[in-house]
Amino acid sequence: MTIKLGVPSKGRLMEKTFDWFGERGVTLARTGSDREYAGAVDGVDGIELVLLSAGEIPRELAAGRINLGVTGTDLVQEKLVQWDQKVEPLAELGFGHADLILAVPNCWVDVNTLDDLDAAAAAFRTEHGFRMRIATKYHRLVRNYLHRAGVADYQLVDSQGATEGTVKNLTAEAVADITSSGETLRANHLKILEEEPVLRSQATLFRSRNARLDASDRAALTALRDLLAV
Amino acid sequence: MSLTKIKAKATALQAEFVAAGAQVVECHILQPAGTFLDLYGEDIRTRAYVSSDPERGEVMMRPDFTVPVVQMHMDGGADPARYTYCGPVFRRQEDHPDRASEYYQVGYEVFDRTDPEAADAEVFSLFSKVLAPYALRAVTGDIGILTAAVAGLATSDRRKTALMRHIWRPRRFRSLLDRFSGRTPVPPSRAALLAAANPMATAGPMMGLRSEAEIEARVQALRADAAEPRLSKAQVELLESILKVSETCVFAVEQLRDIAVDLPAISGAVERFARRCEALDARGVDVEALEFEASFGRTSMEYYDGFVFGFLTPDPNVPAIASGGRYDALTQRLGNGSEIPAVGGVVRPGLLYDLEASV
Repeated sequence: MTIKLGVPSKGRLMEKTFDWFGERGVTLARTGSDREYAGAVDGVDGIELVLLSAGEIPRELAAGRINLGVTGTDLVQEKLVQWDQKVEPLAELGFGHADLILAVPNCWVDVNTLDDLDAAAAAFRTEHGFRMRIATKYHRLVRNYLHRAGVADYQLVDSQGATEGTVKNLTAEAVADITSSGETLRANHLKILEEEPVLRSQATLFRSRNARLDASDRAALTALRDLLAV
Repeated sequence: MSLTKIKAKATALQAEFVAAGAQVVECHILQPAGTFLDLYGEDIRTRAYVSSDPERGEVMMRPDFTVPVVQMHMDGGADPARYTYCGPVFRRQEDHPDRASEYYQVGYEVFDRTDPEAADAEVFSLFSKVLAPYALRAVTGDIGILTAAVAGLATSDRRKTALMRHIWRPRRFRSLLDRFSGRTPVPPSRAALLAAANPMATAGPMMGLRSEAEIEARVQALRADAAEPRLSKAQVELLESILKVSETCVFAVEQLRDIAVDLPAISGAVERFARRCEALDARGVDVEALEFEASFGRTSMEYYDGFVFGFLTPDPNVPAIASGGRYDALTQRLGNGSEIPAVGGVVRPGLLYDLEASV
């Protein structure tokens, strides 16, 4: 048996993850051709690199099919019910920063807080005969957030991409999406509500609480954690 | 094995409801989701299983029987009518994975306009009798007293409507009260908006379905609200004193009558509560010992608008064994123009089975 470490399979997230491990003496690398999702680990024994889509890493951790995984806090909390009983965050990696926020059109000069959003939603429903639409792909997180705040008379509509465009296209009145700089929002004439974000997310190394370990796995995991100082 | 026993217990409970005069009704498990989403809002998705059907759109596995039973009754049921149903309901348990997501409910619902307090007492005393062997703790409440108090506040209709809308969401209700009474400061962005000569000057291009007229209407409403005097401390304290009432029914009536001296708008609702106590007493319920909590039923029972009750075990982790209440407004919303006073409740035979098994 080996310890399986799940890492995002492409892009900046993968490169930054490789850098983070590299700085701590663990060399991660892709092997084979550019298109082949295979990897190698140097500097510590008994660890196997598994390249996965960042969105699948939470599920694989929860199922215990990988022992460690790097992914965003947002994905873990959105996809896993009672996430903290299934995975343990070991270290925040200091990159991939993004906030999950609620944004409304700039022209809504009367809406700046959740209080305003709730009042506007009530009036909108009376005027238009349906609940105000908020476009997002983070259904659970946004619903829980609005539930805790006691916001009513809204509905979530699914948007898996180009969420900022939904207001202009009249398929939603507001959006809940991940943003790092807010530039895309501004370009689309949207403003962020003056509230704590739904979630502050960054790339994080998680440990599965559900993976089975034998004695040699435990030793390999301890050696790796010592090396990484996590 | 336990499912067989639970079903047998459910059938036995339903037989008692039939003996009390109820007609047996059946409901579909698959319900159109739209009705529930309109009633409960987006939150229902965290509590119910929603699926989609290419032909029928979004469908929901019934999270309760009350809504379909009301629809069936409003569609041409006898008047008055008493119904009983028995079958599984389906609830997602995201926050409590240990709780059942499929469980039996046995219900008793009364649609009767003649004497609402007598109907309240009929339902409660029947549940009390059926559940007597289990030595549960019964708690009652009355949402009607809260709504009467809000309606009677010395403030604008706009504020009352806002408070009324959030009676079932205590946190937002609280934050509205704090805002209206000036206990929380006006946020800077709101102050800037109110001070601006032309608030739309910074709006930029108009975008989306919500029109400029709608935005301006709300700005006007905010200005009118800012010009209005604060909700007085005395009024807020009256509301708080009502919410704090937690007594046996007999003492609760006395306390609420005292509060009604300063807030006469609740007198009608308090006297209905007093009549309900008499009706309960006439049916042999010990109202000297029966608990009343004015805030009971505010968080989980969104469609109840009058009498509410629950039968609880001492273990706070176990959901209510039985619960119910009056839902006149629900019949109005589902009735397409017609309405009928209605009160009812459900028992969960699965929880009764667990109780017996743990003894």
